[in-house]
Amino acid sequence: MSDSAHAKPMANSMVYDVLRYRNEFPILSEQVHGKPLIFLDNAASAQKPQQVIDAVRYVYEHEYANVHRGVHYMSEKATEAYEGARGKVQRFINAEHEHEVIFTRNATEAVNMVAGTFGRKFLEPGDEIVISIMEHHANIVPWQMLRDEKGLVLKAAPVSDDGEFLLDDFKKLLTQRTKLVAMTHTSNVLGTVTPAGEIARLAHSVGAKVLFDGSQAAVHSPVDVQAIDCDFYVITGHKLYGPSGVGVLYGKEELLNAMPPYLGGGEMISKVTLAESTWAGLPNKFEAGTPMIAQAIGLGAAIDYILAIGMDRIAAHEQDLLGYTTQKLTSIPGLKIYGTAPNKAAVISFSMENAHPHDIATIIDRGGVACRAGHHCAQPLMDRMGVTAMTRASFGLYNTRADADALVETLEFTQEFLG
Amino acid sequence: MLDDLRELYQEVILDHGKSPRNFRDVEDATSHAHGANPLCGDQLVVYLKVDTEKRIEDVSFVGNGCAISVASASMMTELVKGRTVDEAKAMFTRFHEMCTGDNSSDDSTLLGDDLEKLNVLSGVRAFPVRVKCATLPWHTLSAAIDGKDEATTEA
Repeated sequence: MSDSAHAKPMANSMVYDVLRYRNEFPILSEQVHGKPLIFLDNAASAQKPQQVIDAVRYVYEHEYANVHRGVHYMSEKATEAYEGARGKVQRFINAEHEHEVIFTRNATEAVNMVAGTFGRKFLEPGDEIVISIMEHHANIVPWQMLRDEKGLVLKAAPVSDDGEFLLDDFKKLLTQRTKLVAMTHTSNVLGTVTPAGEIARLAHSVGAKVLFDGSQAAVHSPVDVQAIDCDFYVITGHKLYGPSGVGVLYGKEELLNAMPPYLGGGEMISKVTLAESTWAGLPNKFEAGTPMIAQAIGLGAAIDYILAIGMDRIAAHEQDLLGYTTQKLTSIPGLKIYGTAPNKAAVISFSMENAHPHDIATIIDRGGVACRAGHHCAQPLMDRMGVTAMTRASFGLYNTRADADALVETLEFTQEFLG
Repeated sequence: MLDDLRELYQEVILDHGKSPRNFRDVEDATSHAHGANPLCGDQLVVYLKVDTEKRIEDVSFVGNGCAISVASASMMTELVKGRTVDEAKAMFTRFHEMCTGDNSSDDSTLLGDDLEKLNVLSGVRAFPVRVKCATLPWHTLSAAIDGKDEATTEA
């Protein structure tokens, strides 16, 4: 592998030691179909470093009990670790307060939580929600459900043929009736990074609140919710090298306080009588029931891990891979890349003449290369691009130029094989 | 790597995939059904013209899918044309078993040649996630026979 030789010296002159990082992800030593695993399906879910696996294991072996309930030693230790993870998330996204971080099951649940609480309480018939055409279904369907329930209007901002977010067209969709803008921060298909700060400013200028789906964005570059000045931001742990089963809803304190609870139950109450109940303060109001204790702690470990490497350095490494892979793929005849926005994360979706994405994914899998094929939970975007499916290669902090080479080789083989 | 792949993508499949037979609509169809695989977005429409004796006079399909699903649809139209709807359904049962490795049903409705033709697609057995690609056209045909509008692999 030639990565170390190719890596550009960083500002702090530390070399990005991708081989070392690779070794910290046990699964990357696995073989599939007798070939080394080349994992390029990170946008669907990323692999876990030993540090995360160990952290989850440590909880169960050494400090597990239910949180916020017991006065005993184990409950105290578990609560400390669980709340410690909340603090790590707060620092990771630069939230002003720790209690603005709500643990959820995943990003999907976080979006539904906003729709089911903020949306139900504050939106009125005829109010408008603006999304974009490149949203993941998780940021479309909850709004359609709310629209149908409350008689709202749902609008979608377009993208250019190159997959670029069209800010001027977005601006035209905003009216005095716009109450919420719910937008991806980075497309899981096109890789397009949206101008979050500008979108938030425009949304606020008409009095709308703004939510960003950061499921992909938080993985590829640093996120600062205060700098963006967004009202809500959602992330998911499993794409961030953390365990599955944990996500985050960030919300501004004032809004979260004004919103009703999502689920009722234990943990989220202040006082319960048979006649009525009062709600706990933040963040507990939104965390009914026993939370995902070990998963949240695992997410905290994942954040420690990536921050130790450095988000800027990961971003630079991935940008190098994006450029390298894009150039190599372009040399394959009949291959078309969807999404070439100047500000783009290392997610490359493409089609190949005379080869359906499913056939491509099956054939390259036999060469050890894991890519996703299908509509990527973004069917409106597939319609916009005039296809029913695409193949997607998405990169993570542990991928190398050699992985890109293997992708290109197996794709060339696919073309030859299908004839 | 190659053996499994060659077993799945046999020449005849690649041929049907590239030049599907009966890839058109039937203007005077007696029924049609939409088939969709929600996991991948693949979709097709199967058109059916059945005579008063319940015999399939004409059958065709249009749609978008991978080599396996297009080849399966193409081969299906060739195999069921001229057969009764009951025979077509029995073929589907047998084919489904072939794809999933179950061999319990009686295949007396099948001629040796037909069985052999269907067998070409049984390479999907080694690729569990692709079984639905091969069976979607048959699910859709079955829906059209039953007068249903839609078929899905996730039913």
